[in-house]
Amino acid sequence: MGHLIPPSILPYVLPVVYGVVIVAVLPLMAGYIVLLERKVMADMQARLGPMRVGPHGLLQPIADAVKLLLKEDIIPEKADKLMFWVAPLVSVTMALLAYSAMPFGPAFQIADLNVGLLFILAVSSLGIYGIVLGGWASNSHYSLLGALRSAAQLVSYETAAGLGLVSALLLAGSLSLKDIVQAQYDQGEWFVFSVPIGFFIYLVGSIAETNRAPFDLPEAESELVAGYMTEYSGFRWSLYFLAEYANMIIVAGIATTLFLGGWLRPFPRFADHLPGTSVEIMDAIPGLVFLGVAAYCFWLAPKQPVKIQKIVMATVGGLCLALAGAMAAALFAPEGVRQGVYGGFWFLVKVMAYLYAFLWIRFTFPRYRFDQLMRLGWRFLIPLALVNLIAVATARVASEEWGWYPRITMILATIFTLAVALWLASRDQKHEPATETAGGD
Amino acid sequence: MAMNYILFAFFSVMAIGCSILMVTRRNIVHSAVFLIGALLATAGIFLQLQAEFLFVVQIILYVGGIMVLFVFVIMLVNLDVSMRLVQFNRQKWAAGVLALVLGAQVLFALWIGRGELRLPAPAVDVSPKNTEAIGQALFQHYMLPFEIASVLLLVAMIGAVVMAKRRV
Repeated sequence: MGHLIPPSILPYVLPVVYGVVIVAVLPLMAGYIVLLERKVMADMQARLGPMRVGPHGLLQPIADAVKLLLKEDIIPEKADKLMFWVAPLVSVTMALLAYSAMPFGPAFQIADLNVGLLFILAVSSLGIYGIVLGGWASNSHYSLLGALRSAAQLVSYETAAGLGLVSALLLAGSLSLKDIVQAQYDQGEWFVFSVPIGFFIYLVGSIAETNRAPFDLPEAESELVAGYMTEYSGFRWSLYFLAEYANMIIVAGIATTLFLGGWLRPFPRFADHLPGTSVEIMDAIPGLVFLGVAAYCFWLAPKQPVKIQKIVMATVGGLCLALAGAMAAALFAPEGVRQGVYGGFWFLVKVMAYLYAFLWIRFTFPRYRFDQLMRLGWRFLIPLALVNLIAVATARVASEEWGWYPRITMILATIFTLAVALWLASRDQKHEPATETAGGD
Repeated sequence: MAMNYILFAFFSVMAIGCSILMVTRRNIVHSAVFLIGALLATAGIFLQLQAEFLFVVQIILYVGGIMVLFVFVIMLVNLDVSMRLVQFNRQKWAAGVLALVLGAQVLFALWIGRGELRLPAPAVDVSPKNTEAIGQALFQHYMLPFEIASVLLLVAMIGAVVMAKRRV
C-alpha cells in the first residue's frame, strides 16, 4: 500500500481510518448496549425483554434508530433556538472527540498523547455544556433543574473520580495511556489489585459522572419528567442518548486502561505453548469463545418461531463463525497484527464487563436523594480519595526508598484506607439527619 | 511551516472574535458561551506552542471547572431583569481614549520587534516531556513558593466556607 500514497500523507492515513471506523461503529455499539441493558434488566426482573424484532430482539436497536430518525422534531416556541440546536451537538462531539486518545489495542489508537489521560478527562468533561445549555435553552423548569443538578453532580464527583485515578497514576508514572498499560505489564499486576480503593472510588465517581442510576437525578423521571431532555424529541434526543452511551464507554475505557490492564490479556506473561505448535494457550481463548457463541446460535436457529428469525439467527451464527475464523487466522499473522487483534478483543471484553457492572448496579440500588448524593460525594468519597492517595504515595516511598517489599506496602496502605473508610462511614451514620426538609436544590 | 501559521491565525482570530462577542452580547448565557470559546482558543494556542500540559490544564480548570460554576450561577439569576439593564456605562469617550493608548502601545511594541515577527519552528522531538518538566520545576526548584501558594489558596477556601456559613 505504501507506494500508492504519497509519503507526506502517509502518517495521517491510519489515524483517519481509525477515526472513521470509531465514528461509524460507535452509534451501532451504543444501540446494542441499549439492547443489552434492556435484556439484562429483563433478566434481573424475570422477564424476557424485547423478543419481537429479530430473534431475541437482536434487530431492536436498528428499529429504534429508524423510529427516532423519523420522529417529528419539535422546538419549543419560547426556546433559545440557537442554543437548543447546538447543545446536543456539543455533547456528542465532545464524547466522540475523547475517543481520539483511547487505546483500543497496542496499535488501534488514533493518537498516543503525552497527556492522553488528562486529554480524555478534559474533553469528556466538556460534554456537560451540552446538558447545561440544552437544559437552559429549553426554557422549561424541569429541564433547568435537571441541568443544574447535572452540573453540580459532575463538579462534585469529578474531583473524587480524578483523585481515584491519581492513585493508579502514582504506580504508572506516566500520563500516556500506552505507557500506563505497559507499566502494568512490567509490574506483572493490574492496578486494580494494587489500589482496589482507587478503583472503587472511580467506579462510583464514573457512575455519577455519566448520570446513571442510582445517581441519575438529572433525569429522575419521578421528579423531573426526563430532566434536561424533557423538551427534546426525535433525532436531537437520540443525540443526547448517543452521547450518554458514548460517555459510558469512555469511562469504562479509562477504568480498563488504568485499573484492568488495558489490552493485556489475563496472565500476559504466562506463555506456555500448545503442544507441538507455536500458539500460546491464552491466545486460543478468543477464537474458542466466538466458536462457542456461533455453535450456540446455530443450535438456537431452528428453534425460532418464524422463518425469517431462523434465517437472522443463522446469519448471526455465521458472523460469529467468521469472527472465530479471523481470530484463528490472526494466530498465524505477523506479531503486530496478532497483538492488535487480541488486544482489541481483550480491551472490549473488559469494557463490556465494566458496563455490565454499571447495569448490575443500576438495577440493584434505589435512587439516591439529592442531599444524600452530595453528602456521599463530599463527606465520604473525596476525603477517602485523599487518604487513599496519601497512603499509596507513602507506600510507594516505602518500597522505592526504604526497600520494603512493594506488595506488602500496598496491602498495608489498602488496609489503612479501609479503616479510615469504616470510620468515615460510621461517622456519617451517627450524624445523618433523620429527616431532610428540602432537597439540595 | 505554513500549517503552523494557519493554526496560529485560526486560534487567535477565534480568541479575539469570541472575546468581542462575549462583551457585546446582551444575553449573559451567550456571553458565557463565547467566553468558553475564547478560553478554548487560548488552549489551542498553548497546544500549537507544544505546551500540551498547559493546554489540558486550561481546558480542565477553566473550561471544565470554573466556567461550569459560572454557568451554574448564571442560571440561578433572573435573566429577564438583566436583559433590560443598560449594558455599558456612559464613559464611552474615556474608554475610547484608553483603548487608543493601549492599542498604540501594542503597535509600538510590534514596530520595535518587527524584525523578529516569526513563530518559533515546532520542535521535532519534545523531550523531556513538559508534564515531567513542570513537575520537576514545581516540586524541586520552586518547592517553597509552590507550597506557600497552596497554603494561600487553602486559606482563601476556608475563608470562603466560613463566610458562607455565617450567612445561613
